[in-house]
Amino acid sequence: MMTFLIRRLLSAIPLVLGIATIVFFLLSLAPGDAASFLISPNITPEVLEQIRANMGLDQPVHIRYLRWMSAMLRGDFGVSLTRNQPVLDIIAEILPNTLVLSLCAFLLAFAGGILIGVFQAVRHNRPTDGILSVVGLFFYSMPSFWLALMLILVFSLGARNLWGWPIWFPASGMTSVDYPFMSPGEQLRDRAMHLFLPSLSLALVLAAGIARYVRGSMLEVIRQDYIRTARSKGLSEFKVIFKHALRNGLIPVATLFGLYLPFLFSGAVLIETVFAWPGMGRLVVDAIFQRDYPVVMAGTFVFAIMVVAGNLIADVLYAVVDPRIRYE
Amino acid sequence: MQWSIRVFDMSDLRIVGVSILFPGVRQVFRGRVAEGSLVLGVWLGFGWIVLARWDRVSRAALGPWDHKLALLTLGLGVLSVWMWSLLSERAAEERSQGARGVWALAWSAFRKSRVAVSAAITVTIVYLVALLTPFLAPFDPAAQGSLLTERLLGPSMLHPLGTDQFARDVLSRLLYGARISLTIGFVAVSISITIGTLLGAISGFAGGKVDAVLMRFVDMVISFPRLVLLIAIIAFFEPSIFLIVAVLGLTQWPQPTRLVRGEVLSLREREFIQAGHALGFSRSRLILRHLIPNALAPLIVAATLGIGDTIVLEAGLSFLGLGVQPPTPSWGTMVADGRDNLVGAWWISTFPGLAIVLVVLCFNLAGDGLRDALDPRLRS
Amino acid sequence: MSLLQVQDLRTYFSTDAGLARAVDGVSFEVNEGETLGIVGESGCGKTVAALSIMGLIPSPPGQVMPESSIRFRGNELVGLPEASMRKTRGNRIAMVFQEPMSSLNPVFTVGNQIQEALVLHRSLARRDARKIGVELLNEVGIPEPDQRFDEYPHQLSGGMRQRVMIAMALSCEPDLLIADEPTTALDVTIQAQILELLAELSARRGMAVLLITHDLGVIAEVCDRVLVMYAGQIVETGTVEEIFVRPSHPYAEGLLRSIPGTSAGGDRLHPIQGSVPSSVDWPSGCRFGDRCPHAWDRCTAESPRLTAPPGGSPGRLSRCLLTEEPRRRVRSAAFGAT
Repeated sequence: MMTFLIRRLLSAIPLVLGIATIVFFLLSLAPGDAASFLISPNITPEVLEQIRANMGLDQPVHIRYLRWMSAMLRGDFGVSLTRNQPVLDIIAEILPNTLVLSLCAFLLAFAGGILIGVFQAVRHNRPTDGILSVVGLFFYSMPSFWLALMLILVFSLGARNLWGWPIWFPASGMTSVDYPFMSPGEQLRDRAMHLFLPSLSLALVLAAGIARYVRGSMLEVIRQDYIRTARSKGLSEFKVIFKHALRNGLIPVATLFGLYLPFLFSGAVLIETVFAWPGMGRLVVDAIFQRDYPVVMAGTFVFAIMVVAGNLIADVLYAVVDPRIRYE
Repeated sequence: MQWSIRVFDMSDLRIVGVSILFPGVRQVFRGRVAEGSLVLGVWLGFGWIVLARWDRVSRAALGPWDHKLALLTLGLGVLSVWMWSLLSERAAEERSQGARGVWALAWSAFRKSRVAVSAAITVTIVYLVALLTPFLAPFDPAAQGSLLTERLLGPSMLHPLGTDQFARDVLSRLLYGARISLTIGFVAVSISITIGTLLGAISGFAGGKVDAVLMRFVDMVISFPRLVLLIAIIAFFEPSIFLIVAVLGLTQWPQPTRLVRGEVLSLREREFIQAGHALGFSRSRLILRHLIPNALAPLIVAATLGIGDTIVLEAGLSFLGLGVQPPTPSWGTMVADGRDNLVGAWWISTFPGLAIVLVVLCFNLAGDGLRDALDPRLRS
Repeated sequence: MSLLQVQDLRTYFSTDAGLARAVDGVSFEVNEGETLGIVGESGCGKTVAALSIMGLIPSPPGQVMPESSIRFRGNELVGLPEASMRKTRGNRIAMVFQEPMSSLNPVFTVGNQIQEALVLHRSLARRDARKIGVELLNEVGIPEPDQRFDEYPHQLSGGMRQRVMIAMALSCEPDLLIADEPTTALDVTIQAQILELLAELSARRGMAVLLITHDLGVIAEVCDRVLVMYAGQIVETGTVEEIFVRPSHPYAEGLLRSIPGTSAGGDRLHPIQGSVPSSVDWPSGCRFGDRCPHAWDRCTAESPRLTAPPGGSPGRLSRCLLTEEPRRRVRSAAFGAT
């Protein structure tokens, strides 16, 4: 098991470095650089050149690459050009926000998706299966940002302004304006309320995909001989499905974990934009628009690490769940 | 399948007449109600266009290129309807006599799923509508009405889907936006399938170092959140339709690559080990005869599902302002436009989103149906 | 003493092609401690009959018809609510299946799966269940049982997995063990070992065994009595000797003759001509009629009933009109030869 882990870890490192390298060279191809933002009638070309030299932008590409790479490996991600803060600090502050949102969405998606998938498999060939399949496909085909807007329309703005429902959810930010003045209990509730719609928007689309997958996997598993053996021992149907079948049916789902992670982060970008959620997605997108290269580089690097880490976790899960992999 | 020269009974001119004037009616009376009424509906649609939009149709041949294209589509559509109406009986007969080629089998399997067939038909109709948009759209999508009286109007007879904050007709913008989304989807996926097939074939046949390096590369591209990469590239290089299509196409190739490579590898296992080294030239024949049919089926499925994904992705980019630039309407931009008036004028954001959902849903349903029909049966 | 009494068992399946009458009026008895064999080709309904006894027929397509009766120690099992049936399954009646690799859950240890029935039916604590489990593994002849207990199915060989299946079935000391083709998927050498094991266990524990197989050699090894099934019905019953030495029904004759090397003719193979009819469309009249060398017009007109041929043990039955009209028997009839 340990050798398996170490092997995977070792192969992950070049992956991350490779991704970062690609992004670096991609960015270096972009027309205009950070300094070009400063072009204005007040700045003479000589000053511009000086600024460029200061930023190290006048060096040839490979030198810049090596300098950047060595700095990164030392943990120095540079300074943000727009905020004048060390990038590392910015990321350290913002990363937890995205992690919270992603984790919440992930949990919701997997819990919901697995339950629905199992339900569909057990009720195979009955009307509920068909209906849920269509509904699931409906959500699967939805752009997450539009779903977010519709949810806001119904559960936030509509609920509050149009129909006066007792519960409505906030549509922007992580916390309310008066958050610092709340009691700890109220603070927790406030965070949860703010978390609900964003994670739901992310989770629903993901859950639809997971449910389809789980359904297919469970249908395969339920047909297997060992399920018949389990029944022949007199186990209740509940035990047969949720102990014997599910453990086998979930094995391929572990691979989904790694597969869906990039989607999760892509989706997070749009959702964070809609909900004004201060997360990595928004940070990187804003930095791209503002040509804040250090932030873009560091941001994409962190994304890459997170995805690769997610894949690693997925592989570990896979080995944990399927003993045949472990004892090869 | 033989097409006989006497494709219909010339002796019965009445049948010919009915088939041309009222296509689909004959089929309805013969029991094929669904197909017949569908074709009849399409025919009536064409008829409406010619009658109600005669002013545009008559001037289309001299108009802008999209009007010419719409006229061409109309013409081809009418011709196809006539052909179908006259020949479908013969085709049905021959099919029931058991023309059982591999593709015929897949086709009959596909037909069994009503859902998949409806989805495929819907997709075709959507593409038809997109091509005929210059005739169909009631208003010019960029035309702004009176900013005093015609802003933010709800759905009505004049504006079935309402107007937006610039007093533009939402329905017309929706129709024109369809063209953008559908075209981008189609072209981008074509690019990615082409690249993917080439790379996959190279990787599979070359093996060794080349294969290993390429697969690492695939891993890297897949690991990356695609949207972030797209945003980065488009933002840095100024958005334009060509860039968007190119970038979408160039980031989707991993999947077809893996698919084709898998096929190549399994082909190598099967044929070459048994054939030994004696069969020099017949290798290429084996490739063509086995690789392409076996790989084509999952590729088609992947392409269909891929178009759906691409449409959603393009909408996301437009939503962020990185898609086609105004005044060209795109569904994603329309959704973004409606954000400021979400409660007051919900129709601006809702309808484009619904359009996306329905079109992508149909692609997904059709893709699923194709997968079910093609996979088990073509595994020779 | 009669342990299991099956009367007029009918199990039908609704399929796209029609109603499949897989088991069509089967009656037999299993006595305490005896080993009863059911032999027949695939498709004759023997596995379906076994699953019907266990109540494992999947219910949307299949159904045990209500006129059937399955009495275990006097209690009627047909129509029993599922909760009660579960108390019997794995407990009083246990089953061993054909494919040991796919019949064991790959993600749980062997020991875990053996313990399950014990924990369920005997409410034992894990520790006690483990002790019994290890003993069971020992009893079925698995070396180093304590170590094997914590291993996974894929770490064991085919023969060992089947032993594990048997241990699992024995865990709650059932009165009846149903074994459905227990040796078919195993190597020939292992087959003999498993059969020996079954015989031993039956003798030692006084457990009845219902052995289902298509292999006459297996029957000869371990069974006391035999049922021969064809096309959803029983066509002959008797002791092992009677069936093998003096078969009465032409089908049984044909089966014996088709074993390579048994007939006096030397190298020729004597298969039974024709093939089993479809269960959706059983022929009227004798179902074996179109393959039988002795058949005459009465055979297509009438469905023969089970009658006792002369000079047999009690319970010796044959479903053949030849019992009534023995002179119709065609001498020197060799199935499918010449």
